[in-house]
Amino acid sequence: MSGAGYRAGREVVRKRLLYVNRRPPHGSIYALEALEVMLVGAAFDQCVSVLFLDDGVFALLRGQAPDALGMKNFAKGYRALPDFGVERICVSAESLRDRGLSPDDLLLDVEALSTGEVARLMEEQDAILTF
Amino acid sequence: MSILHTVNKTPAQRDALRSCLAHVLPGSAVLLLEDGVYAGIEGTEGAGWLARCHSDVALFALEGDLRARAVRPERLLRRVKPVGYRDFVELAAAHDAVQAWL
Repeated sequence: MSGAGYRAGREVVRKRLLYVNRRPPHGSIYALEALEVMLVGAAFDQCVSVLFLDDGVFALLRGQAPDALGMKNFAKGYRALPDFGVERICVSAESLRDRGLSPDDLLLDVEALSTGEVARLMEEQDAILTF
Repeated sequence: MSILHTVNKTPAQRDALRSCLAHVLPGSAVLLLEDGVYAGIEGTEGAGWLARCHSDVALFALEGDLRARAVRPERLLRRVKPVGYRDFVELAAAHDAVQAWL
């Protein structure tokens, strides 16, 4: 998605933003709120990466059906992240492994990063927002 | 005296499951619900704790919460039995007390 970016004077400022999802999807509102904030950040033409870490990896499991609990099935919203210009969608390989999961269980293509790679991803950012 | 213990958080969120399993006695039961159902996934640390608890402790996970979270029953530790809301009510009635490990 194209946009003007944030203009400071005449210069377009593109910040490197990382959104970190650490909570499981349906026990609280955090995962849904994070998804909405991620889509907004990307729509404003910032350089956005998202990371699913710890219990946050559960949000990407394929086949979720919270409709049965009368709750919104927002998981398919994650599939829109690339269309909104999110540049990197990453998961912690260790978080997946600790939870008996693999990238094949997830509803979209992701970069599976080692713990060291996750640490470097964080270090590259201008700002990190964790949910 | 038998107790139905319920756990609704993942092992990463709270130490509720660990403490619950340290205090559950034979003849009682543990029901995983809400985010607690993730702990039943075979091969995880939580499932390891569940596997080691006394064989006379019945283990259950709530079906609606499993379905919502895409945790298929075949992923669960074998001794964790999926149950519905009606079973939840019957379990609560069949035990002397319910201990909710929030």
